[in-house]
Amino acid sequence: MKVSEETVQGITAEKASWMYQKMCEIRKFEDKVHDLFGQGVLPGFVHLYAGEEAVAVGVCAHLDDNDSITSTHRGHGHCIAKGCELDGMMAELFGKATGLCNGKGGSMHIADVEKGMLGANGIVGGGFPLAAGAALTSKLKKTGAVAVCFFGDGAGNHGTFHEGINLAAIWNLPVVFVAENNGYAEATPFEYASSCTNIADRAKGYNIPGEIVDGKDATAVYAAAQKAVERARNGEGPSLIECKTYRNYGHFEGDAQKYKPDVEKKSHLEELDALRKFREYIASEGLLTDAELDDIEERVDHAVEVAVKFAEESPMPAEEDLTKDVYVSYETHDRGDV
Amino acid sequence: MARIITFSEAIKEAMQLAMRKDENVILMGEDVAGGAEVDHLQDDEAWGGVMGVTGGLVQEFGRDRVLDTPIAEAGYIGAAVTNAATGMRPVAELMFNDFIGSCLDEVMNQGAKLRYMFGGKAKVPLTIRTMHGAGFRAAAQHSQSLYGMFTAIPGIKVVVPSTPYDAKGLLLAAIEDDDPVVFFEDKTLYNVKGEVPEGYYTIPLGKGEIKLPGNELTIVGIGKQVQTALDAAEQLTAKGIDAEVIDPRSLSPLDESIILDSVMKTGRLVIVDEANPRCNVATDIAALVADKGFDYLDAPIKRVTAPHCPVPFSPALEDIYLPSAEKILKVVSEMIEDDTTVTM
Ligand SMILES: Cc1ncc(C[n+]2csc(CCOP(=O)(O)OP(=O)(O)O)c2C)c(N)n1
Ligand SMILES: [Mg+2]
Repeated sequence: MKVSEETVQGITAEKASWMYQKMCEIRKFEDKVHDLFGQGVLPGFVHLYAGEEAVAVGVCAHLDDNDSITSTHRGHGHCIAKGCELDGMMAELFGKATGLCNGKGGSMHIADVEKGMLGANGIVGGGFPLAAGAALTSKLKKTGAVAVCFFGDGAGNHGTFHEGINLAAIWNLPVVFVAENNGYAEATPFEYASSCTNIADRAKGYNIPGEIVDGKDATAVYAAAQKAVERARNGEGPSLIECKTYRNYGHFEGDAQKYKPDVEKKSHLEELDALRKFREYIASEGLLTDAELDDIEERVDHAVEVAVKFAEESPMPAEEDLTKDVYVSYETHDRGDV
Repeated sequence: MARIITFSEAIKEAMQLAMRKDENVILMGEDVAGGAEVDHLQDDEAWGGVMGVTGGLVQEFGRDRVLDTPIAEAGYIGAAVTNAATGMRPVAELMFNDFIGSCLDEVMNQGAKLRYMFGGKAKVPLTIRTMHGAGFRAAAQHSQSLYGMFTAIPGIKVVVPSTPYDAKGLLLAAIEDDDPVVFFEDKTLYNVKGEVPEGYYTIPLGKGEIKLPGNELTIVGIGKQVQTALDAAEQLTAKGIDAEVIDPRSLSPLDESIILDSVMKTGRLVIVDEANPRCNVATDIAALVADKGFDYLDAPIKRVTAPHCPVPFSPALEDIYLPSAEKILKVVSEMIEDDTTVTM
């Protein structure tokens, strides 16, 4: 590894290694969840992030544990990029007591506040004001922390988009709004549901920068996020980045995806693949050797296996956990069962 | 033999018959058709709702009457209110009742109150179909049962069917009705089968049904919990206790008489409501009976509900969150212990 040398985008070998590892973790974690779900091992439903790795990783490469992110129903990728442990994540999907949320949240509410991961979200559009709120704390307490709101193209049409971004803009809050435009909200194409051509076009209405990037290209996302995060940290206010991307699996597991044209699916799974693209970039820039990259993949394969084993062997939550943590404190003076 | 179809098919059939009968009936919601403006998509490949309940309707009625909406509940539910007030009869789908958080104003402050605020000079023949209920491992934001919230709002009618037969007849009545109706569909009932006639029929809103006659105990169930009540009743029969099971079917208006008449006969009441216990429908019915039926009671009224906590994801916790026949039996044994006229 050639530490400290940088590419045009300012990506060092060390950073490239971290980014490739996180991208592999997301892909392999999601592929595993896909298999487990197919086997009927996992309860509930899951929305997989595979295909969109470059977005979460390219953005979170600029964040540390003090920075916050808000996520979506498709939140596993954001979790991993923000540093959540695979063991606790997998256990959460199994509904186990050792999960990141003690099994109470599941896939759609997976969170790790210590890591600045303010939760996946079952409510589309939930993240806009939540990110603004975390950024307000940063501004008032002068912590220098940034909040990132990841959201889907479908969420861009929810009313909270307007309220959250406008609020962040008038209060000059350190937020980066990151659109993950994967072309579809469930089975509904972005073009049908949205009056704008690009989500980033809407930034103009809030007087904030709006940039469009190739969301399959980790380096492009990295560069755009760097500017936006710096701007936020310098007290210059929010920005919007629109990442054009694609989800490799269906909306949720079990979606036949008939609405996706075959050629589109094929090109995204093959030549446009985000991991492949980044790996080629690393090689062409000479940042890491093939052996180093293979080693990362092997380590990640192992880590995912370990996570599954951990989840499988963990206990279910205990009965008394059911009513625990509804409040911090709650004096009822009740009479028990009468 | 009568035709057997699922709860889901019964609901679809009601929409289909209503749309054939009245061209003002339209559907709207997220992916109720599915794949809007996707050229290569054959209509029979369209989603037809996340659970497929509206599947196939776009083929018969076209995309002008089966409208896919953006994820903008405040937008399209609000639009449905005045679409209804100006001459149409929309059936808007709020995918999960939990999403009411995104459009409560449109339902509570607009739809529910237009008629009253305008001195009776408007009507809002809007039906909102929405999914509710725990047991699907869908966690805290996709599993609530919020019918009690709507029951508390004057101007809205609330329907919670428990069988395919009732679902069809009640939905047709809801669509025919000139007031806003919120129609709750328990997502865990969609595959439940039952006898459903093919033709058009309605079940009046505000009329409950005795699902099982009995003399010693009344169990009122709501939605899926009617079945839990029936399961408990079967086990009680084995113990020599003769329970009556009542399904109010609509919570607003509420068939007070069917409940009071039953309690007059049995002297004991258990209400099974899977919503959280504070200010829920079980509480409302308990208050009704305490108020108007106190003299009939031989034992305290008991409520079997979810605890005062959100719906947990973990199957181990969600299973104990929900009411069960076992929990009903437990409260019944407490009621009967105190009562010397019955031995258990
Ligand atoms: C308020 C609300 N409305 C509807 C839904 C149901 N729903 C969940 S995900 C989804 C599609 C989201 O699309 P998009 O924002 O593009 O994200 P993607 O799934 O493509 O990542 C919908 C409609 C929801 N969870 N919350
Ligand atoms: Mg999308």
